Amino acid sequence: MSEVVISAKSVGKTFGSGVDKVTALDDVSVDIFQNEFFTMLGPSGCGKTTLLRLIGGFEQATSGQILLEGKALNDLPPYKRPINTVFQSYALFPHLTVRQNITFGLEMQGIARKQADDRAEEMLELVRLAQYGDRVPSQLSGGQQQRIALARALAPAPKVLLLDEPLSALDLKLRKEMQVELKRLQTETGITFVFVTHDQEEALAMSDRIAVMKSGEILQVGAPREIYEAPTHRFVADFIGDSNFLVGNLVDDGAGKHAIKLGGGQVIELTQEVSGQRSGEVTVSVRPERLGLVAESKANANHLVGTVSTVIYFGTDTTYQIDLGNDALLTVRMQNGSGAKADFAQGERVGITMSPDSIRVLAD
Amino acid sequence: MGNIIRSKRFWLVAPAVVYIGFFMAVPLLQMAYVSMLERGDYGGVNWGVFSMDAYISFIFERDLMDNLVVNTDYLQIFARSFGLSAMTTVFALLLGFPTAFYISTQPQSRRNFLIFLVTIPFWTNILVRNYAWMLLLRNGGLIDGALNWMGIETGGLDVLYTPYAVSIGLTYTYLPFMVLPIYASLEKLDHRLVEAAFDLGADKRRAMTRVILPLAAPGIAAGCILVFIPCLGAYVTPELLGGGKFMMIANLIGSQFGAARNWPLGAGLGFVLLALVLISMMVYSFKFKSLPEESR
Ligand SMILES: Nc1ncnc2c1ncn2[C@@H]1O[C@H](COP(=O)(O)OP(=O)(O)OP(=O)(O)O)[C@@H](O)[C@H]1O
Ligand SMILES: [Mg+2]
Repeated sequence: MSEVVISAKSVGKTFGSGVDKVTALDDVSVDIFQNEFFTMLGPSGCGKTTLLRLIGGFEQATSGQILLEGKALNDLPPYKRPINTVFQSYALFPHLTVRQNITFGLEMQGIARKQADDRAEEMLELVRLAQYGDRVPSQLSGGQQQRIALARALAPAPKVLLLDEPLSALDLKLRKEMQVELKRLQTETGITFVFVTHDQEEALAMSDRIAVMKSGEILQVGAPREIYEAPTHRFVADFIGDSNFLVGNLVDDGAGKHAIKLGGGQVIELTQEVSGQRSGEVTVSVRPERLGLVAESKANANHLVGTVSTVIYFGTDTTYQIDLGNDALLTVRMQNGSGAKADFAQGERVGITMSPDSIRVLAD
Repeated sequence: MGNIIRSKRFWLVAPAVVYIGFFMAVPLLQMAYVSMLERGDYGGVNWGVFSMDAYISFIFERDLMDNLVVNTDYLQIFARSFGLSAMTTVFALLLGFPTAFYISTQPQSRRNFLIFLVTIPFWTNILVRNYAWMLLLRNGGLIDGALNWMGIETGGLDVLYTPYAVSIGLTYTYLPFMVLPIYASLEKLDHRLVEAAFDLGADKRRAMTRVILPLAAPGIAAGCILVFIPCLGAYVTPELLGGGKFMMIANLIGSQFGAARNWPLGAGLGFVLLALVLISMMVYSFKFKSLPEESR
């Protein structure tokens, strides 16, 4: 990809001291590229806002540093950083009109009144609120305020735009609309967006790359497909979409091929490279929709075999819970409709088909 | 109207309405009446004998030929009082805003304590406080002595019994009235708005002038009114710290009811003051109506 814009190098951040000490970020390193829609995804309290505030300059890192285009930002105050923020609460200035809100940042840069006003019109067009320039924020709906907050942050043409859960206050329909809108704005302006959310669907739908965070650490960074199809950690596989987890012993056939031996003696062949040091008990994950069912009579040696314990019909698809024995349960989701001959009853013995590349060996 | 009287809520506020109506409106009307009567020769008034002398003599006096000539004595006292009150308001604002701002940036537990400290002077008798200031300000007093001790030759501070002494005393007395409303407006100011200003490139000074001050403006205006208006009516402080040489409106009114034995003039002066205050309040509310809802 292109140049690195933001680079976090072993960034740590703690709040408080003594018994009240909270580690919000622990040795976080990540590169964010030019012109990319980068999302930080994680549960509440994992340090997303903290990392964003460090990039914006509202907090100082306890250790490590953050670089903007290769230059350390260290003590640079927020007003000297070419980085703007869309706050979760929008934080529009209530005493200024929409237009004055948008020109605020331009004025601070010393841009002439006339030019600033032209730019404000341009921004209002961009967020499709051209007629609203003379209103004050309290006369706007939540979604409109959201757009104005965007316009205000985009007006000074920052190198990076930080967005802290900007859609969380909107209702579902508006949120979907704004997701499309945000993506469009990012493509049209070519500005690097660093977006924070704890909504995995939102992250998958909008991002070029996603960083999945957990208690102050980044576990995995990758494109949405990569994160979904090839999670590296149990947490990632669990947090994004549904996953089956199976625990077994890693066995090596000596020729570089690996397999997982489950408690009941059944074996899953792997195609994934497994680092040499790994041995003993490991966890693997597989997505329910990557599994299929066949009648036991048609199952061969490569298939796991189990008993159907529950069947849940969802219309577009049906979810089966398969008991593999030894407390191992698998969820299988099969699409209904075209050519699907899948119709298995509770208690039936079935064979489970899985493509080897859908099985991921997870880090602990 | 019938609805209002029948409603329970009316009976809840009725005692307050009666109290305020009786004890506020009646004396006011009585004084309005007095101001339009002829003065009695030995104080008091000649009841039932109407005369607009009080209001005429505010601006004019009669010369020996019984002609009206302009007399600015009272106007000067009014102007001086307004000037001094304005000066005091400015002092109080200069001291009060930073104080309120500082308190609003402290952790919650500290804030309540600091606000408590600000209100402590209220708890002491106003006479005691003014005598204390006399001891502080007089030549050879605590301040003068300390300056001399530090090697700064004052040759006598000569502050006591000047308008400055009065203004210092009034600033001290009314400072909490400035701090509290400003603090209230700063406290509910959303800190994220300040962060947004920084984010958009405003340095500390411009975040202050472009965001914090405009949003605190209603509190500042309220503080200024709460200092300015009681200052206009100050009686004790000009009497003590001004040494009686320096008359303010309240002292003038006091003297009309006392030594000068001109009750109608005293009452009339009170009403002129009331009119001026009402006019300035109207200007204030008009000015702040033009601000957007949110920041009020
Ligand atoms: N100013 C602060 N003082 C003390 N602890 C803090 C402070 N700010 C954040 N923390 C702690 O740091 C951790 C990370 O907080 P952060 O706000 O970054 O989480 P987040 O990922 O943004 O969560 P959410 O999704 O709920 O917004 C939390 O445990 C939080 O309690
Ligand atoms: Mg957050």
